[in-house]
Parts: sequence; C-alpha cells; structure tokens
Amino acid sequence: MTRYVIAAYVENKYGVLARVTGMFMRKGFNIDSLTVGETENPAYSRITITLEGDDYAREQLIYQLQKLHNVKNVVLMESEGVERELMLIKVRNTPEIRSEVLSAAEIYRGKILDYTTDNLCVEVTGAPAKINAFVEVMKPLGILEMCRTGVVALERGRTLTQNE
Amino acid sequence: MKTTNCKSLTGAEIVIETLIEQGVTDVFGYPGGQVLTIYDALYNAGDRIRHVLTAHEQGASHAADGYARATGKVGVVIATSGPGATNLVTGIATAMLDSIPLIAVTGNVASSQIGKDSFQEINITGVTMPITKHNYFVSDVADLADTIREAFQIAKSGRPGPVLIDIPKDVQTAECLFESTGIIEEIPQKDADDALIEKAVSLINAAERPYIYIGGGAASALSAEDVKALADKIDACIGCTFMGLTAGLGGCSRFLGMQGMHGTYASSMANKEADLVIGIGVRFSDRATGNAEKYASRAKVIHIDADFAEIGKNIRVDCGISGNIKTTVSRILSRCADAKHPKWTAKVAALKEEGRRIQAAAEDAAGDALTPKKIFDCINAAKTPDTVIATDVGQHQMWTAQYASFEAPRKFASSGGLGTMGFGMGAAIGAHVGSNCRSILVTGDGSFGMNLNELATAVSYNIPLTIVLINNGVLGMVRQWQTLFYGKRYSHTLLNRKTDFVRLAEAFGAKACRAETAEELSAALSAALSADGPFLIDTVIDKDEFVLPMLPPGGSIDDIITAKEEAA
Repeated sequence: MTRYVIAAYVENKYGVLARVTGMFMRKGFNIDSLTVGETENPAYSRITITLEGDDYAREQLIYQLQKLHNVKNVVLMESEGVERELMLIKVRNTPEIRSEVLSAAEIYRGKILDYTTDNLCVEVTGAPAKINAFVEVMKPLGILEMCRTGVVALERGRTLTQNE
Repeated sequence: MKTTNCKSLTGAEIVIETLIEQGVTDVFGYPGGQVLTIYDALYNAGDRIRHVLTAHEQGASHAADGYARATGKVGVVIATSGPGATNLVTGIATAMLDSIPLIAVTGNVASSQIGKDSFQEINITGVTMPITKHNYFVSDVADLADTIREAFQIAKSGRPGPVLIDIPKDVQTAECLFESTGIIEEIPQKDADDALIEKAVSLINAAERPYIYIGGGAASALSAEDVKALADKIDACIGCTFMGLTAGLGGCSRFLGMQGMHGTYASSMANKEADLVIGIGVRFSDRATGNAEKYASRAKVIHIDADFAEIGKNIRVDCGISGNIKTTVSRILSRCADAKHPKWTAKVAALKEEGRRIQAAAEDAAGDALTPKKIFDCINAAKTPDTVIATDVGQHQMWTAQYASFEAPRKFASSGGLGTMGFGMGAAIGAHVGSNCRSILVTGDGSFGMNLNELATAVSYNIPLTIVLINNGVLGMVRQWQTLFYGKRYSHTLLNRKTDFVRLAEAFGAKACRAETAEELSAALSAALSADGPFLIDTVIDKDEFVLPMLPPGGSIDDIITAKEEAA
C-alpha cells in the first residue's frame, strides 16, 4: 500500500463534484481526503485526492477520473511535490496543560486563533505528517474538537499540472 | 450577425429540430405533463420524424436501445418528468452496460419549481449519474441545441453509451434563435503508440495457438471481414463474448461461438488451450472469465479496446492497446507474419467434434421431446439472414446465444451486461423500426410477463414480430442454480400461473398458436414469419432443461459441466 496524491482539473460547473464522488462510490474507491477549490482559471476547479492503495487502485482511479466528461486533466503528483494541509484543533485551557499546548503550538509554528478562559484553538499548517504529529502531541492533553482540510498539492518547479 | 437561416424557435421546437439535424428519423416515447410542449412540436414535424408510442416508458427505452443495436445509429427516447423519467432507468442502465448509443430526453418541472418536491418532480440527472456516460440538466434555452449536439457526440464516440438530457418546462417554452448545423462528428480516437503495435505483432508472431476473442466493441468497430482477415493471416480460431455474437460471424468456419459461463464447449476449451488470446472490444467480465486468476493461465493476452480504462481492469494483460479498434487491428494485420498452425487447427477441430458429440448425446437422451436445441433448429431453418433476434434474459437467452446462427452483423439484440428481463419486447420492436427487417423475440414465460404490455405497441404499429415463447412454467435459470447450488430448494421459481398466452396475445389483437412438437413449431414459424403483424407461438419444454455447458460461478474451465448427470 502506497500513499498517492492525485490532482484533477475539472470544469467549475454545477454537479461536477457529485459526479466525481459518485464515481468513487460506484467503483468502490476508498479515498483518504478530497479537497476542491478554485484555480487561476475560474472556469476550472482543482480537486486534490489522497488515497492509500496499490498500483491497481491508483491506475483505476486515474482512468475512471479521466473518463468523466467534465474532468479536463488528471495528474499523479510526484512524491516530492509541495503538499499542505490545514488543521484547526480545540483543547481545554487549564493551568495544567496550557503551557504545554502553547509551547507545542510554537514548535509546530501553529497560531492561537482563539483563547478563552475555557478553551484554546490552534491552527496548524503543513504536510500531513506534521499535522499527524501535532495530533499525537495533543491527544494525551484531551482534544475537544478538530477538523482538517485535506491535502492541497502542487508540483515543484515549472511543471504546470493543468497543461500536461 | 445572424444569417437568414436563423429563426426564433421555442425550446421544444429546438429539441425536435436538433434531433432531425442530427439525423434522427425515429423516436420512441410516451407523452406526459412536462413534455407536452415537446410533443406539441412533434405534432408539426410528423412528416420528418416518426414517433413510436409504447405502452410504458421502459418499453420505449428498450425500443430505442434495440433500434440502436440493429442499426448502429443513436437511439432516442422521450419521457416526461418523475415516473416517466424513472421508468427509463432500467433501459438506460441496460444501454450503459452494453455500450449502446442512446439519447434520453426528459422533461422536468419548470425551473422555479425545481427542488420543491413539485408534482412529478424527480432529480433524474442525479438518479442516472452512475448509469449514463454523461447527463445534462439544461437551464438556459440558449444552451439547448449545443447540449443536444454534444450529447450525440458523447453517445456515439469512442465506447458508445447513453446520455440523458433533462429539460425543465420553462426552457421548453422559452424562445431562442436556432441555426441548423450538420451532424456532429465523433470525437477522434487516438491511434495507439507504434511500440504497442510492435509488441502485439511480436506476441502474435511468436504464438502457436492463437485465439481471437471478439466482444461488442469489435462487433461495432469492425466488419466480420476485418476479423476473418486477421484470423486467416495468423491462422487463429475465433471465439466471442455474448455481445460479440452481434458481429455476425456465424457462417465463418473459424468461428467457435461464445465462450464463458454458458459458452460452447469448443470455444471455452480453445480459449483455455490457447497460448495467445487476442481480446478485441471485450472487457473480460466475470461471466466470460470465471475465476479471473485462473483465466487463460497458459496464454499471453493482448487486449485491444476503445476504452483505456478497460485495459487491466478485470485481468492482467501482456499487451494493452486502447484507442481506435479498427486502425489498431489493421495496423497489426499489415505487420504480422503469415502463419500456419496445423497442430492447433487439428486441436480446434477435435474440440469442435467433441462439442458436437456432447450435444448429440444430450439430444439422443431427450428422444422425441421438444428440446431447446430442436426449437432453434426450427428457428434457424425458418429465419433469413437479415432476421433480427431479440431475447429477454434467462435460459432462453443462453440457448439463443448457443444455438441461433447469426450470419450478418447487428442481428442480435439482447441485454448482456445488465441482464434485463423484459428487455426483449421493446428491443424487438425497436430493431424492426430501425432495420425494417422481421424480428423474432425469443423469450420465456417469466421474462415475457415483465413487459408483455408492448404487445399492444406491436399490434398498433403492425410490427412483423414473431414471439417464440419458450414456456416451462418456471423461472428456469434461477431454478437451474437452485438445482445445482441450492439443494433443489425451489424457492419461488415455480410460476404456477394459469396464463393462456395464446388467448392473451389474441386479446391484444395479435395472432397466436401453440406448438408442442418440432413439426408444429416449424409450421407455426412459417405462418408467423409470413404474417404481416405480431404472431405469438407458445412452445412448451420440460421445466428441468438445463443450459449446458456451464462453468460454475467463480470457477474455471476445469470445472466445466457438460452433462446433466455430472451436475446433479
């Protein structure tokens, strides 16, 4: 099992995300994360998908994406591409753990977004492995709530996914 | 500036004009509240486009599908919103699984009523998303004509398939300038890399026991002559999938028929013995391969298909070539060496002989009783090469695949991938409307019960349709599985109905008779095939007839069952 990041340029139209996710369900693909958002060209959105799978799953996912009429281009991101994910995480603000949370947030270059007498909310951005590590640090301190955006990725250098 | 050809039309008129522009001469459908405007436009266009009114939207969808199968053209079906649209669903899915080009036009409630659970409102684009090649909800009349054109392009390009266009009522009534264009071209398919062609050629040149395996994709992209030319050059035998029967290779001496779960003995065995399988326009489905791990384990496999996503999907292949099937095959043909494989030819001949021997033994055991084989001997003798045979789904369908001879292309209309019982009545009607050839529906009493209402359509339009109802009083295919794999526990497969199919057909206004022996059937067929309208023949066979050979599901060719005694 290998982790793959796949980017799809899709027409920015009503129903396209449903076509993509519907296809995943129909074909039984189990994906780890999916993000979608605007690109430099407002006519297209970029969907970034991460999945764990073998060569067969990766190949079929790419093929089936390419078959969808609204999908313009599909690219398997190289492992050395630029990947980022954002997480918001809420923990209790008590004297026993406060300093540990604050120092961990500093080490992970997180930002404190909310500080109340009860709770602390931290934003952490980075590659998924860094986010996972921060979650592990927070777990023993008691996570109240957390949410992650899923991965967005671009290839390094001059390569333009859209034009391949 | 707009040219003088430009005129202002309503959306409904644009639908009809664009269909005509795309070469459509016949449509199937059923009117209703949200397509009234389209039907009103049809009222004025009756001299340019024929509409066939069916008894049920499902029948219309199968008719459009059968029309496409028999002609190679895009079939068109029109239905209203809500239940009209959902009644198309089985027909659309049937076309999807068999890669049949189909356009479904549905009306929907006005845009202002969308999303409010309005009367007869259904989100049919959502419902049909997984069973269409693509679908559209048209929200602006200005996009309508181009959307329909693009739908035709998608339906017929590459690997064909169904496309649905949902048009809310206000878009049908809104006006817009319309200018007719020509018939839209198919999206050109890429030609395969030279390296892949070379690889295929070297595999072919190295082979000693080649087996050409054609499917529905080959049947629609290639002529029978194309397939024969390749087989002759490399001295291969030819087998096919269920859908590949439509290629019409029945008259070719190299042709062994269908392989797979209910394939002929010779075809399935040759597939197993081959050292090279050249799959063309096939998808190596589970019914064809059995256990995919054990399939053609001694062979190299070349897979040629229009759809790149099929390469490596179901089985591992040694050389996968996607793109234009016709140019791929002709490039391979021009480069591969002339070959002779006398040992393989002798082996294949021996397999054919063994298949005949097994068949003859089964027939001898049956004595004078009317058997499926005898029914098809009568049908083959009575039909002409241009007769279209449609079927429903079950034992009668597999017997058709095994015994009916198809010597011309596009003479077989049957639901392969989805296995849709009730497909045949609509398909047989559509096939006749498209080809103007006589059609025969081979059906069973179970399947016929599902959509026999289309007898009304066949009578209304005086369709020269012969219905051979193979009546055994049971759901025979399910019963066969219950016999083999469920300890003869016949749960809900004994029909125990009292339907008199002769009187039923007569009540619809069709001719009908009963045939209990081969002689009676021959006489009935000659009457039916010279009648000018629908004619039903009720034939009776034993409820424990089996479809054999059979490869048990998930099994391999080594598990082949050729005689009933081995099975029980």
